[in-house]
Amino acid sequence: MFTAFLIKYAEIGVKGKNRYLFEEALVKQIKNALKRCEGRFEVTRTPGRIYVEALSEFDYDETVDNLKTVFGISGICPVVHVEDEGFEKLGQDIVKYMDNVYPEKNFTFKVQARRSRKNYPLNSMELNVELGGVILDAFPELKVDVHNPDVLLNVEIREKIYIYSETIPGPGGMPIGSNGKAMLLLSGGIDSPVAGYMIAKRGVKIDAVYFHAPPYTSDRAKQKVIDLAKQVSRYTGPIYLHVINFTDIQLYIYEKCPHDELTIIMRRYMMKIAEHIAKETECLGLITGESIGQVASQTVQSLAVTNEVCTLPVFRPLIGFDKMEIVDVSEKIGTYETSILPYEDCCTIFVAKHPVTKPNLNIIKRHEQNLNEKIEELMQTALDTDEVIVVNYEG
Amino acid sequence: MEVYLDNSATTRCFDEVAELMTKIMCEDYGNPSSLHRKGVQAEQYIRYAKETIAKNLKVNEKEIFFTSGGTESDNLALRGCAYANCRAGRHLITTQIEHPAILQTMKQLEEEGFRVTYLPVDEKGCIRPEDLQRAITGETILVSIMHTNNEVGSLQPIEEAGALIKRMNPRILFHVDAVQGYGKFRILPKKMHIDLLSVSGHKIHGPKGIGFLYVDEKVKIKPILFGGGQQNGLRSGTENVPAIAGLAKAIEIVYSKLDREVEELYQIKEAFVEGVKQIPDVFVNGHPGRDGAPHVVSVSFQGVRSEVLLHALEDKGVYVSAGSACSAHKPQPSATLQAMGIDKELLGSTIRFSFSAFTTMDEISYTLQCLYDIIPMLRRFTRK
Repeated sequence: MFTAFLIKYAEIGVKGKNRYLFEEALVKQIKNALKRCEGRFEVTRTPGRIYVEALSEFDYDETVDNLKTVFGISGICPVVHVEDEGFEKLGQDIVKYMDNVYPEKNFTFKVQARRSRKNYPLNSMELNVELGGVILDAFPELKVDVHNPDVLLNVEIREKIYIYSETIPGPGGMPIGSNGKAMLLLSGGIDSPVAGYMIAKRGVKIDAVYFHAPPYTSDRAKQKVIDLAKQVSRYTGPIYLHVINFTDIQLYIYEKCPHDELTIIMRRYMMKIAEHIAKETECLGLITGESIGQVASQTVQSLAVTNEVCTLPVFRPLIGFDKMEIVDVSEKIGTYETSILPYEDCCTIFVAKHPVTKPNLNIIKRHEQNLNEKIEELMQTALDTDEVIVVNYEG
Repeated sequence: MEVYLDNSATTRCFDEVAELMTKIMCEDYGNPSSLHRKGVQAEQYIRYAKETIAKNLKVNEKEIFFTSGGTESDNLALRGCAYANCRAGRHLITTQIEHPAILQTMKQLEEEGFRVTYLPVDEKGCIRPEDLQRAITGETILVSIMHTNNEVGSLQPIEEAGALIKRMNPRILFHVDAVQGYGKFRILPKKMHIDLLSVSGHKIHGPKGIGFLYVDEKVKIKPILFGGGQQNGLRSGTENVPAIAGLAKAIEIVYSKLDREVEELYQIKEAFVEGVKQIPDVFVNGHPGRDGAPHVVSVSFQGVRSEVLLHALEDKGVYVSAGSACSAHKPQPSATLQAMGIDKELLGSTIRFSFSAFTTMDEISYTLQCLYDIIPMLRRFTRK
C-alpha cells in the first residue's frame, strides 16, 4: 500500500549556507542505495524534505533496509499516496489507512494536516478537525490527544495527497561525501570495521589498507578482510582496499629489534605506509580501531609512540569504547560474524609473550636505527607491490 | 610448477570420467525411474555400475547402494544398523582415529541412548586386536573400523578383526570405512567378514557427491532418508546417474592397473620419506614403509607451524594439508595424532602429503627441494 517514503534528516538541516551541499550529497547516496533495490524510483528534493517515490512495483522491506544504510537519514516515513477526489473520498482513505496500519485500536492520535496547495477548500486547522472527526466516527474506541499522541497522522495536500504516520529510524549521521576522505587501517578483527563505519557515519568517504603476511597469513585471511570491507561498503559506498605485503618488513624487524618491541615497531611502520598511501590518494586522515588499554600496543604510551610517525590526523573513534560496546556495533552493522572467523592476522603471528606496554619513544627510535640499512628499500617494495581491490556491496 | 599432494582430501577427476559424465548430463539425462526409453537408458548406466562394483568386490549387485559419498555411507551404515538392531543390544564399537563422519555419528547415537567404545591405537596408529576382543560384550551389535586412516595412512587389521568378531558372535555386524583404502587395495567383503563397506568417488579420481555402501544381504538395516523408495527403499531420491556412471568408470580405470599403480605409489612414498628425513628434526608418523598406505605420509617438522609451512609451499605451487587445523584463535589438534600419542609440540607442526596416480617423481624432487629451502627459513622466525 505504501508507494513513497518521506526522508527525514536531522543534523544536516541546520547547516547554514552549506545546506544544499549536504542535501545534494544525501540525494546522491539515496539514489546509490536504491540502485540495489528492485524497482524504479524517483528522488525529489523540496525545501526541507526529500521524497522517494516508487515508479514501479517494488519490494518494501528491501527498500527500507537499503535506505537504512544511508548516513544522513534520521527517519524514513512510509507514505500512502491518494488522488484528490474531494474531502469525502479523503475521509474514506484516511479511515482505510488507519485500519490497515493499526489493527489494534487502543491508542491516542492527532491529525496534522499541511496544505502546500493553498487552493484546497479546507485550511490546515479545518482539515485537522474534520479528519479527526471522521476517524473518531469510524473507530469510537480511539481518543484524540493533541499534546502527546501515540500516533501523529500527517496529511499533506500536494498535487496528490500524502498520508503518513510511522517513522522508521535511520542511521543518522551525515551523508558520505560531505566530509572528505580518510584511510582506514583494516585488519581482520572486530574493531577496525566498526571504526570505519563510525567515521563514515560523519560523512567521510573511506579507503582502506590491509597488511598481509604470506605465508604466515593465508588467502582466506585476505578474503576475510575483503568480505569485511564489503560489509562496511554497504554503508560507505565503494572502498579502495590497498593490500600491502608486509612479510619482509616484519621479518626484518624481527631479526633486528628486541622481540618485545616487535609489535609496536611494526605498528609504526604500518602507520607510515598507510599515511604514504593516504597522501597519494587524497585522504585527509587515518582511521584505526584502537581503544585505550585493549592490548599492549594500545596503552596510552603505545598510542603516543605509534602516533609520533604520522603527520595526518589519526581518527580513533573507538578510543573510549569497551570491547562489548564495540561488539554491539559490529553485530548491528553485520561485520561480527566475519570478524570472528579464526584466521591468523599479521599482528599476532610473532607476538611476544610479554610485549612492552609502556614503550619509551627514545628507546624505540634508537632500536629502529638497527633497521637503517634496508628498511627504506623494503618499504618502497611494499608500496610498489600495493594491490588495489575495489570493494563494493551489491547485495 | 604445480604439484598437488592433497589427494587424501580429494583427487583430480579422470578425463574419461568427466567426458562420460558430460555426455550423460547433456544427452542421456533421463530419470531412471521413468517408464519411457529415456528412463531405461539412464537405468542401464546404474545397472552397469552395480555390475562393475559387484564384480570388483565379488559380491551380489543387489548389495550395492549408491549414496552422496563417504559421509552418507557412514551415516547410513551406523544409524541404519543401530536402529534396526537395537533390540539385540545397544553397544557399538569403533576406534579413536575414525573420520568425523563416524565419530560424530557415534556421538549422536550416544545421545540417543547407545553405548560406544572407542578403541585406542598404538604409536603407529593401529588398533590392537586384543583391545577389540576385550571390548566386545553380549550387548554389542556393531563394530566399525576404518580400513586406512586418512591422516597418517595407518592400515587396520581388517581381516583379523572381522574373523575375531565373527568368531565371538556371528551376529555382530562389521562395518568398514574404506574411503581411503578403496582404490589402493583389493577389498573382498565376503572373505574379510565385512558386512558393510563405505566408499567415496572423489578419492579415486571419480566425481564428488557420489559414493556407495555395500550391505551384505543378510544385514538388517533401516533407511535414514525417506521418499520415493528408490534403491529398494534403503536410499530414496533420484539416482545421481552421471556421477554413478563416473564412479564406475573411475573404479574400472583404477583397478585395471592397480598393482602397477600401487607399486609406483610406494616408490614415490619411499623416495619422499627418504628425502624428507634428510632434514633435521623431522618425524614421519605412522608406518613410513610398505606396512602403511601407499599414498599418505604424515610428517612433523619440529619448530615449524603447519599452517605457515602449508602456505609457504602453496606459494611454490605445492598443495598439501595441515595434519591438524591449528590457528592462533582456535586450536583443534587432530584426534588421530593425539590418539597415537604424538608429542604435543609436534601436533601443530604436522603436514600430510598424499599422492595419486598423477604424482610423478619429478614433482617429488621439486617438493623436497622446496622443503629444503623453506624449512630452515621458517625455523629462523618462530614465536618466542
